[in-house]
Amino acid sequence: MKRSLRLVRRRLLASIPVLLIVITLTFVLLETAPGDAVDAYLLSIGGGDAAVADGLRRAYGLDQSLTARLWLYLTALARLDLGWSVAFERPVLALIAERLPNTLALMGSATALSFAIGSALGIVAGSKPESVKDRALSSISLILYSIPGFWLGLVLSLVLAVQLRWLPTSGIETIASGKTGLDRFIDIARHLVLPVSSLALIYTALFLRVMRAGMEEAWTLDFVLFARAKGLARSRIVLRHVARHAALPLITMLGLQAATMLGGSVVIESIFAIPGFGRLAHEAVAGRDAPLLMGIILVSAVLVIIVNLLVDLAQAALDPRIGASEASS
Amino acid sequence: MKLIHKLIRTPEGIAGFVILAILIIISASASLIAPGDPLRIAGQALLAPFSDMNLPLGTDRLGRDVLAGIVHGARTSLFVGTAAALAAITLGLCVGLIAGLAGGLVDEILMRVVDAFQIVPGFLLALAFVSVMGASLPVVVIAIALGAWADPARLTRAQVRSIRERDYIAAARVIGMHPAEIAVRQILPQAVPPVLAVSATIVAAAILTEAALSFLGLGDPNTVTWGSMIAEGRNVLRSSPWLSIIPGIALVTTVIGVYLLSEGLAKALSGTHAALTPREGERS
Repeated sequence: MKRSLRLVRRRLLASIPVLLIVITLTFVLLETAPGDAVDAYLLSIGGGDAAVADGLRRAYGLDQSLTARLWLYLTALARLDLGWSVAFERPVLALIAERLPNTLALMGSATALSFAIGSALGIVAGSKPESVKDRALSSISLILYSIPGFWLGLVLSLVLAVQLRWLPTSGIETIASGKTGLDRFIDIARHLVLPVSSLALIYTALFLRVMRAGMEEAWTLDFVLFARAKGLARSRIVLRHVARHAALPLITMLGLQAATMLGGSVVIESIFAIPGFGRLAHEAVAGRDAPLLMGIILVSAVLVIIVNLLVDLAQAALDPRIGASEASS
Repeated sequence: MKLIHKLIRTPEGIAGFVILAILIIISASASLIAPGDPLRIAGQALLAPFSDMNLPLGTDRLGRDVLAGIVHGARTSLFVGTAAALAAITLGLCVGLIAGLAGGLVDEILMRVVDAFQIVPGFLLALAFVSVMGASLPVVVIAIALGAWADPARLTRAQVRSIRERDYIAAARVIGMHPAEIAVRQILPQAVPPVLAVSATIVAAAILTEAALSFLGLGDPNTVTWGSMIAEGRNVLRSSPWLSIIPGIALVTTVIGVYLLSEGLAKALSGTHAALTPREGERS
């Protein structure tokens, strides 16, 4: 346990400079935008005179220099103040906190689903590389891996929601249905079927391919040869030796894909009108809301760091070799 | 040449090669197949595919020719995909080479920047970049490259660090070769193949990112893209689903072609690599 605590501390300390780079670069990028939030706001209310604009700029601190504003942002950040969303007229942190659970539910379900199905099919394919079953699964996975999630979402909703009317087309739950408890849970789950499938399919194919590749490699290794020489049952070799060897890179892949999946949720949430974190990013762009966009990028970076930390901890728990050298140094 | 020969001997390689060759021919002759502006009104609105032989794939809500959109969209898709991947790989190679060779503080700083680009979701970064710079084709290319260069940089750095310890580099140093010459002529050629092996994946990801960006309305408004066609068709998804389905099929076919080529390339490269450096692992 002590080893993993050290790992956590090391990783958290190492992530501080990285986050500072993220904040600085994003801040500079967003500041170079022609026109600021005040312009966008004035445009949305149908214009206003220069004095009003100046007053608003002073109120939001937009009249100061770039470095001064960056410093202001960082000191506010130290108090967990992510600033004020101009488009929504609410604190950024509260807005993100409100939207994040929907996205976490979406991503969590998609990850669990794709991991379970992908690794199971990967074991089927990798149990006998180059067999008919393997070739079929590999070809299918290549095709599935090439389908963009947003298009798949449209096609699925066209077939399952519009034509067959089995599932709701959009939203996270039925509005003002007054459902509570289990009914509400089932309602949300029904709304999540299409977005989760659209997001998960590409990762199912990815996990299948990674699992299969790892198993193909494992078949040539000495310990598998030894297990076969010992005369172990084939199913036992496949599950206990070959698949187990291939499982570790699969978990690494989980961490690597966290950022991509978060990015993918932007389009999926926009299609299915899910009020989540990704859709908030799209709304921030549409509303030219720099403080909100800044907060979204920062929170997504923190999320990715947390996921990677969890992946590292899982790996350290599964494989005692990992982290042993780090902890002793 | 030898590589291409090997490439087309793998079944994946030949399939991908054929798909991409057809796409390249189509996009190169886009102005011949569908002359004129693909965004102009060509006929009656919402014409179903195969109902009028002059407009074989039908028309969209504004009466624009879908075939012209697909053909010109292929050009955009391939251009943005390859340009963004090229930019990302070049930047990644440079940063990885400098970090791997310099070591010390320079390496530390560069790798923290790489970390920063890796933990920010590439799509969010592209979204932010396009919204700040305004949507145009070059901006979209840079936006996608910004989210994609970190992986090749990390890969190159690792490769450079292992190569620089090899005997032939020490030998080059001993005979007094200039460090810059060692970097460019001795180390870089060896560091490129692994990056090349993942290049097709970067192209495919870039094509998909471009499609997603223009689907969200953040592409160049004056260029036809498959993503914007899918988004446009979405408005009439119930009555005219083909408007979203056709460009989607074009997109999936392209990406499949790139992945097939990538698999073939990986097989061909692993073949040549094994032939060039036998038993690399046993020799330490």
